[in-house]
Amino acid sequence: MGSVTDRSPIPDPADEAVFRALADPTRRAILDRLFEQDGQSLGEIERAFDMSRFGVMKHLRVLEDAGLVATHRVGRSKLHFLNPVPIRLIHDRWIDKYTEHRVSALADLKRELEETG
Amino acid sequence: MSTMTQTAVQVYTVFIKASPEQIWDAITKPEFTSKYFYGSLVDSTLEPGSPIIGWSPDREQKLTDGEILESDPPHRLRYSWRSLWDESQAAEEASRVTWEIEPQEGGVSKLSVVHDRLEHSPKTAESVAGGWMYILSGLKTLLETGEPLAQI
Repeated sequence: MGSVTDRSPIPDPADEAVFRALADPTRRAILDRLFEQDGQSLGEIERAFDMSRFGVMKHLRVLEDAGLVATHRVGRSKLHFLNPVPIRLIHDRWIDKYTEHRVSALADLKRELEETG
Repeated sequence: MSTMTQTAVQVYTVFIKASPEQIWDAITKPEFTSKYFYGSLVDSTLEPGSPIIGWSPDREQKLTDGEILESDPPHRLRYSWRSLWDESQAAEEASRVTWEIEPQEGGVSKLSVVHDRLEHSPKTAESVAGGWMYILSGLKTLLETGEPLAQI
């Protein structure tokens, strides 16, 4: 954990990979397709894009390396799944304190109602 | 997650700065699961054929149950799964959960959860989808920082 005085934080390679993967519109569109229908083969994903098989594979590789897409073999086909965990971790990093505040505010409200009620 | 079409297989992965042994303990010991698995306490000898139960924090109620299908510490754990916290899910067919832990370079391990055989259990499939995401991010935070996530 860096302190607030850090001038140049050391980039976390895992974070870098996630943000780099999400920076590309085609890759975000691939994630959108998987969100609509999870567990697609390369062929199915390829059909949705006006792009060579090689191009789609390259994007999928970047998404896989970032952990945003997970693959799993079902029978004979290799299927691609949207893995939302890295996005959840980004959420946790900056949103958690607001959630905590909301939870504690609700707890305070409950206590107050119980005391006066 | 209501707009997402549920399929019979769900796959989740996370990279954790921890050894396979540490992750195995976090999955199989109640003092860890209570901190990231919706407070549930895992209870199993992990012998194939024996039960695996997730107890509520007060140990009064079974939240999940299943049977150990495979156990290969600290690499792979597979068991059948029934969600018992909700009656309509409990009435559905049992599905299957597989945890896989693969060591990577630099003291990092890749943890995957595959939840499959959900063909005939749509309510369970919908319910666990957001749950696994929350559980895996909580498990990573717990192992890397020693702190549980804020309870929501």
